[in-house]
Amino acid sequence: MALPGLALVEQSLITGFLAGSLYGLLALGLSLSWGLLKLVNIGHFAMALLSAYLTWYFGTELGIPAWWAGAIIVPVFFVYGIALHWVFVRFRVSEMSSMLITFALAIIVESLIQTIWTADFRRYTTELANQSFLIGGLYIPKLNLLACAVAALLAIGTWAWLRYTYVGKALRACAEDTPIASAFGINHKTLTYLLSGICAAYAGIAGVFIALIGTLAPNEIWTWIGVVFAVVIIGRLGNPIGALLGGILIGVCEALTQSAVNPAWAPLVSFSVLILLLLVKPKWI
Amino acid sequence: MDLTGNRFANYAGLAVLGAALIAVPALDLPAFYIAFFYVLFHWISLATSWAILSGFAGYWSFGHAAFFGTGVYTTATFAAKLGVPFLLTIPIAALFAAALGAGVGFVVFRLQRLRGELFALITISVTFVLATIVSNTPIDGGLGVYLIAVKVPEVFGSPTSTFYLLGLLLAAISVWTAWKISRSKLGLGLFAIHDDEDVAEAKGVPTFRYKILAFAISSGIAGAVGSVYALYVSYVTVGDTFDVTVIMYPVVMTIFGGARHWLGPAFGAVVVETALYTAASGPDASIGRAVVALVLILVVLLLPSGVMPSIVRLWQSVFPLRRETPRAVAPPAMVPAKAQAAGSAAAPAALNGTVLACTDVRKSFGGVQALRGVSLDVKRGEILGLVGPNGSGKSTLINMITGHYPLDQGTIVFDGAPIQHLSAHRIAELGIARSYQIPRPFNRLTVRANVALAGMFGAGDLHNDTEIYGQAQHWMEFAGIAGRANDFPPQLNLHERKFLELARALAARPRVLCLDEVLSGLNHTEIDAALHLIRNIREGGTSIVFVEHLMRAVVELSDRVAVLNEGELIAVGTPQETMRDPHVVRVYLGEPHAA
Repeated sequence: MALPGLALVEQSLITGFLAGSLYGLLALGLSLSWGLLKLVNIGHFAMALLSAYLTWYFGTELGIPAWWAGAIIVPVFFVYGIALHWVFVRFRVSEMSSMLITFALAIIVESLIQTIWTADFRRYTTELANQSFLIGGLYIPKLNLLACAVAALLAIGTWAWLRYTYVGKALRACAEDTPIASAFGINHKTLTYLLSGICAAYAGIAGVFIALIGTLAPNEIWTWIGVVFAVVIIGRLGNPIGALLGGILIGVCEALTQSAVNPAWAPLVSFSVLILLLLVKPKWI
Repeated sequence: MDLTGNRFANYAGLAVLGAALIAVPALDLPAFYIAFFYVLFHWISLATSWAILSGFAGYWSFGHAAFFGTGVYTTATFAAKLGVPFLLTIPIAALFAAALGAGVGFVVFRLQRLRGELFALITISVTFVLATIVSNTPIDGGLGVYLIAVKVPEVFGSPTSTFYLLGLLLAAISVWTAWKISRSKLGLGLFAIHDDEDVAEAKGVPTFRYKILAFAISSGIAGAVGSVYALYVSYVTVGDTFDVTVIMYPVVMTIFGGARHWLGPAFGAVVVETALYTAASGPDASIGRAVVALVLILVVLLLPSGVMPSIVRLWQSVFPLRRETPRAVAPPAMVPAKAQAAGSAAAPAALNGTVLACTDVRKSFGGVQALRGVSLDVKRGEILGLVGPNGSGKSTLINMITGHYPLDQGTIVFDGAPIQHLSAHRIAELGIARSYQIPRPFNRLTVRANVALAGMFGAGDLHNDTEIYGQAQHWMEFAGIAGRANDFPPQLNLHERKFLELARALAARPRVLCLDEVLSGLNHTEIDAALHLIRNIREGGTSIVFVEHLMRAVVELSDRVAVLNEGELIAVGTPQETMRDPHVVRVYLGEPHAA
């Protein structure tokens, strides 16, 4: 194993940073629903992948550009999020049961994708896909940069929304103590539906970028779980900016491992970070 | 028990069933049937082993495939590559899987918050991380491992029968283990952890150790099942071994059957596997998986406790259980602690009657200083009233004494030995018990089991059933709830639940009893009964620290009163003295205005 050169390290820092912001984007909806709704949504990954497949399908088979595909997918996912939350409310699903149900949903979506589009790898090639900015000898792919910008925009926007608007404050109050918040006149139910819809919409947005940037395979769902949940926990539940920063941290660590050791070991990085974190037990866990 | 005849019939029935099952391969049935039975046993073992931790203690593992896979690849490595005889690799596989389970448990089970969720997520990650490791190392290398060359001993003349018998053996061991655990101290502890882990710990259940033990047993069995499976399929791949169906099927089966009953997972496995087998002829595997996932959702939503409770009810309506009320056994008189006898020369403080000494106890939560250096002694056999405005630190002090939170600074000495670093269950075992302001009984255990559990795990250190249930009966009668012994706590009204709290605390045979607002919410008659009860407890030799807002009770009952305000002790003395203390009056009634 040779030590990578400085340029390689710099390049992998950039690649990791950009890939990590995509993790952050994926983690965003998950972190919000776990932190503020007390529902652990394993199905989030499946929905993101479904959105990615739909984007790819619209683009390659129907000739609908990715941006228009997103404009169709995101509202539909928003409605799905509301419907899912209706089920959770209707059956008074606990935090643990929510994991089981969404785990089963993930399996259903995986089977669906596999049945419709087979288990073959899919790749969505667009004109933008191979374009990069070349700055100081380092390549910055345009699409990744765009994904990073969107992730940052959504994370900061969501953070500001939670912090400064009435609706955001009400949501945080409900997460803290629902009965008390309700006693102060907060319409808890409506807010949770809204948030659940937003989380699902975020999965849709993440999916569009996953389709544009990555290679698609049905079992991708399971490789994300370890990584993105680590991101959510590192970034602190319900904290949008934390999710983004956690994503970037994991992304950079993975990229460094890939360039220094062996790409195959990358999945172990987030897991090791997570275990380390649990052993040290910082205050926010 | 005088049901020896009945018992004998049960054993005879089991023996006949066992012999019949063992004899099946000798019947020369088509291999097809034998294979079906093997697969059935396979799922019975996996589901039952999953339930030992996840069903009983409520920690849902999404990583059963990891432990199963550990077994598969242990055997693949030892038998196919190192030439170890197949049968010998089964216990090795079980051991490896159990060690992995214990290791994972060691990391996750120490957490205080989010432990259930993080446990689930860590177990799911372990599965995929393990898959990555196995496929990227020579263990598998990504191509799979052939085990065709491994010799399988032949029973009844064919390897198929051997697999059948091994499967049957593992299924029998799993169900027997689950049955045994559900009736043991470990099982009761796990059920209590499921209902309310913090309370279980406070009642003396060594929660950390129990969870690790249950997880190790659960993963060990999964490892053994994987070991046999490796040879059954004779070609193992990472994709098939660490598959999500291996995670999902046991969960579906267990929840469908009933996760808290020892037979539930096995029952669920039989029903679900038979259904799958009948349906398997139709669509392809991925559709089948989706259907099982859909069933899982429906079961979780519509039938969260499974079908087993209904079956048990039906069974009992046909064969009514002869339930005898155990005869009450009066507990032995309080024995003085060993520490007190041994330390008589070394620790004179213990002799002049101090049973519990808090010195400079400090605790803050974030920026809030809940206790700012409280020093307070509890004398042997006294009733110490602890009063103060809301938020003055009374409950926090009790939480410190009982080990619920670690303290920031200071010492707490109980019978001459420091206890501030001990975990809550150790403190409970040593003889400090508490009741909760809002009753927190174990809701899915009967009132009797709630009280018996405290006797089993507390300072009473009871071992045989006559003692445990006899004393539980005694304390239920003492607290006046013996009539509700077979009911579940949610069926009780508030004052019955308060008295259950009391009975539970007493059954632990504490030498110091902390009562947190036992009287709040009770009416006058109930309060009188409770005061009478508390005096009787003291007569039994227990020192009592009681937090109370009701001044009538405080004055009537206390030998001494300690007043806390904003985390500081502002007065200690007889009720009359403290109530006249100008500082105390100021705290309670406010600053007198200049006349």
